Amino acid sequence: MAEPLLEIKDLRVEFDTRDGVATVIDGLDISLYPGEILGIVGESGCGKSMTALSIMRLVPVPPGRIAKGTIRLDGEDLLQVSEKRMRGVRGNAISMIFQEPMTSLNPVFSVGDQIAETILLHEGGSKRAAWQRAVEMLDAVGIPVPEVRAREYPHQMSGGMRQRVMIAMALACQPRVLIADEPTTALDVTVQAQIFDLLKDLQKKTGAVIVLITHDMGAIAEMAQRVVVMYAGRKVEDGPVDEILTNPKHPYTTGLIGCVPHLSADPSEERVPLTDIPGVVPPMTRLGQGCPFAPRCSEAMDKCRLEMPTQSVVGEDHRVSCWLIENDGP
Amino acid sequence: MGRNDMSEQANSQIQAASPSFETEVDILTIEHPLREAARMFARNKAAVGGLILLVGILILTLVVPFFYTVDPFDLVWAPLSPPGTENAPFGTDYLGRDILAGIVHGGSATLAVGASAALLAVVIGLSVGSLAGYYGGWVDEVLMRITEFFQVLPTLLFAMVIVALFRPSVATVAFAIGVVSWTAVARLARSEFLRIRSLDYIKAARSISSSNRRIIWLVILPNAMPPLVVQATLAVGGAILFEAGLSFLGLSDPNVMSWGFMIGSSRDYLMDAWWTVTIPGIFIFLTVLSVSLIGDGLNDATNPKLRER
Amino acid sequence: MTEETLLSIENLKVHFPLKTRGFSAPKSFVHAVDGIDLKIAKGKTFGIVGESGSGKTTTALAVMRLVPITSGAITLGDQRLDRLEGEELRRARRHMQIIFQDPYSSLNPRVRAGAIVREPMDLMDVGEKSEREDLVAELFRQVGLRPEQQALFPHQFSGGQRQRIGVARALASQPDLVVCDEPVSALDVAIQAQIINLLRKLQAELGLTYLFISHDLGVVQYICDDIAVMYLGKIVEMGDRISLFKEPLHPYTWALLSAVPSADPALRDRADRIRLQGDPPSPIDPPPGCGFASRCPFSQALCTMEAPQLRTIRTGHSVACHFVSDDGVPPQRKI
Ligand SMILES: Nc1ncnc2c1ncn2[C@@H]1O[C@H](COP(=O)(O)OP(=O)(O)OP(=O)(O)O)[C@@H](O)[C@H]1O
Ligand SMILES: Nc1ncnc2c1ncn2[C@@H]1O[C@H](COP(=O)(O)OP(=O)(O)OP(=O)(O)O)[C@@H](O)[C@H]1O
Ligand code: SF4
Ligand SMILES: [Mg+2]
Ligand SMILES: [Mg+2]
Repeated sequence: MAEPLLEIKDLRVEFDTRDGVATVIDGLDISLYPGEILGIVGESGCGKSMTALSIMRLVPVPPGRIAKGTIRLDGEDLLQVSEKRMRGVRGNAISMIFQEPMTSLNPVFSVGDQIAETILLHEGGSKRAAWQRAVEMLDAVGIPVPEVRAREYPHQMSGGMRQRVMIAMALACQPRVLIADEPTTALDVTVQAQIFDLLKDLQKKTGAVIVLITHDMGAIAEMAQRVVVMYAGRKVEDGPVDEILTNPKHPYTTGLIGCVPHLSADPSEERVPLTDIPGVVPPMTRLGQGCPFAPRCSEAMDKCRLEMPTQSVVGEDHRVSCWLIENDGP
Repeated sequence: MGRNDMSEQANSQIQAASPSFETEVDILTIEHPLREAARMFARNKAAVGGLILLVGILILTLVVPFFYTVDPFDLVWAPLSPPGTENAPFGTDYLGRDILAGIVHGGSATLAVGASAALLAVVIGLSVGSLAGYYGGWVDEVLMRITEFFQVLPTLLFAMVIVALFRPSVATVAFAIGVVSWTAVARLARSEFLRIRSLDYIKAARSISSSNRRIIWLVILPNAMPPLVVQATLAVGGAILFEAGLSFLGLSDPNVMSWGFMIGSSRDYLMDAWWTVTIPGIFIFLTVLSVSLIGDGLNDATNPKLRER
Repeated sequence: MTEETLLSIENLKVHFPLKTRGFSAPKSFVHAVDGIDLKIAKGKTFGIVGESGSGKTTTALAVMRLVPITSGAITLGDQRLDRLEGEELRRARRHMQIIFQDPYSSLNPRVRAGAIVREPMDLMDVGEKSEREDLVAELFRQVGLRPEQQALFPHQFSGGQRQRIGVARALASQPDLVVCDEPVSALDVAIQAQIINLLRKLQAELGLTYLFISHDLGVVQYICDDIAVMYLGKIVEMGDRISLFKEPLHPYTWALLSAVPSADPALRDRADRIRLQGDPPSPIDPPPGCGFASRCPFSQALCTMEAPQLRTIRTGHSVACHFVSDDGVPPQRKI
């Protein structure tokens, strides 16, 4: 396989809380390859957003801190570079779009101004040229009559439009990595479909790597080529999407796929109960030394509760951290 | 069948795996919201400082008078003696009255005016605001017009008129201050009631046949309390300052010693004998400061957004 | 097979007046629900799906008599709910209860879990006073909570557990109809499955009838027996779950089905998927004609002039579109 564009190695993020130190990300390895869409899935609180924030080096310090690891973009470790250099990377080489577009847009400036501002900040040039580019970007993300729309304020736009503006802003400086943190959870499915189409399209055109964070396996299947499944701040399984969907190895992945009623074109009369993953994600401050999923896992053995499972390779580019796999052999 | 079995089994396994997993969570987080608020309050140094200060002031004005029995209206020493004078540690005013005695005996009137004016403001404001916020529509329109009317009145002037119409006394001054300062409480109560009224648990209350009275008093009010308590502490501070202002203008009961009265009656001597005005001023400042520190602390302690993370 | 109808809604309209500036300005109305008809059979689950703002919640609240009804009839059993007032309405509320979407705002944070579940019994005279304590404990067990958790406050529970409390509260008055307004949308996928399984178990045990609202087609397909698709305050298509999903007739239903990201490659790679442009129009004083016309790929002049009526194409499957033929050929297949 090609050289990774961005490589996270052994990342660990800690937070000081009332109940002690919470290790919200531990031993995380993720590689991004040029030209791909990578999905990250997992339940709420499993560290998806924190992973994105770590890449942007935007983890709130304090109470948080990146305790360990490296994040290399083209060989340069982003965790070591100066804050000034990082400002040049953010919004330029790596940019991010968030779940709620309303809170990430400034309500008192027109959307055109905001995009132009981003361009001026990173690339300089004349105001006029920046505005022109902003209008072009709005056009590129499918906003009708962009010259007029550029003068509008965020509150005058629908949720879907605002998310398009966010995408336009994120892409304004031709980033090489675009992180989309649940970009469609606040939107209707029909609008979500538009945004997904747009992202796929732009990915093909610009060649940017997209990291899509979501909790919807359907969205992953639709969008991504590879997927990372996270649980309690740890990567439990990763691999090609089709492989993971048809042949999941980790009990949590199996549960995640089985617990959602998937829409079928040909529903049958009979409806089997949904897979039940009992209980909830444990508080991050009280994870034992064993597998974090053990308390909810129907297959857990004594070993699982005592020792953190190691990663095993189970197929081409398919890795799992689970003692079951170790026991059976790959 | 097979599936159910599996999840049953899974359940029992989980219990076996970590018997205390769920209970542990419960026990750790078991805490009454009020107790949690108290703990948060106790962690706030400024608020605790304010509380200690207020307790000190209360002791000074409620307990110390029994031990320091000098009459604040007696002429004890040469007029305008500076602080440190024998018999009058804080000095004397232009008539030779003991300033320490004034501080000790005048505090209770100041605090009484502050507290009762604030109480009155809260009662009026809460009634108006809750009805306006809960019922909305024309009730809201009418009540809010009235509130606006009181808001645009020049408050000091209006209070002066009330006090001048009746005889100045602790009660009339408290009444006048209460009447002019309830609007802030009303606006806050209205917005809280508006906000809470639209929450799902109010719909739930209605769908289980709760009466409007029950919803207003037993469901919304307890939930609207935290910001209102804060507002009340601010109103106390405001009322004390207002009382000082009225006294400064000579609009207070001349037969009752209060800190405001001390400042008001000595205002002409500010240049020659700073202590006659500054010392009661400092006590007013400390009282208002302590009350607003406590208010701030209560706000932080009861604001769920500031808790935890 | 004869099915007893528990709830029937006829031509229900709920219009909210908009605040107008000045007295002379003509009043505008939000046509949140604009004339819908449906019937729910006893013991069944009836689903409503649709875009945000299409009037799903408003329908639910109208059934619960929590919003003013502009016109129409709602009949629960043999009682005209829309005509009840005062004491009668209070008594009727026992028979219908609601579960809300947001597990955080639907429980009073100052009341202990046990009291939340007990309150409906006290207010609506359910059972003997002496029995109520046991009833509450039993309900806690039924919804998968431990009876000793009654002493806790809502914020001491997780989202899923709070939703279980909401379910227990809804069941406390032993209702016939339970309205579920997006009961799992705010929950994590794994917790969603727990609640869906719970709702199905309770239905089997207690013979409950659900009016189930969701925007998640997968969930609706799984849990509902009959489904109505709403768009801009109207029902555009209604059918039983097999027929509706196998042979969707209305272009909007088809677009909705095409838009759901799917793990099923067969569904994903269907060539005839359609994509909608733009956003739904505003429900404030909607124009005449088909509400979907502005986004519909098949709309023609007729669509913007005349509103299509809901007509039955085959047993248990009806649609409101001018260009679905009487023998059930939807417009998209002709092209
Ligand atoms: N300021 C903070 N202090 C302590 N813990 C925090 C803080 N911010 C986040 N966390 C914890 O970090 C963990 C990971 O959070 P993160 O936001 O990455 O989750 P997520 O996977 O994005 O979830 P979601 O799907 O809800 O967005 C959570 O358990 C959260 O409680
Ligand atoms: N009290 C109200 N006053 C005015 N307009 C209202 C009111 N309640 C709802 N609406 C409007 O009525 C329309 C229908 O709203 P409703 O909440 O029923 O939609 P919904 O289908 O439940 O949407 P969602 O999926 O977002 O929950 C919306 O346009 C909404 O803005
Ligand atoms: S009536 Fe016309 S606009 Fe409406 S759905 Fe049918 S074809 Fe489309
Ligand atoms: Mg997140
Ligand atoms: Mg709704």
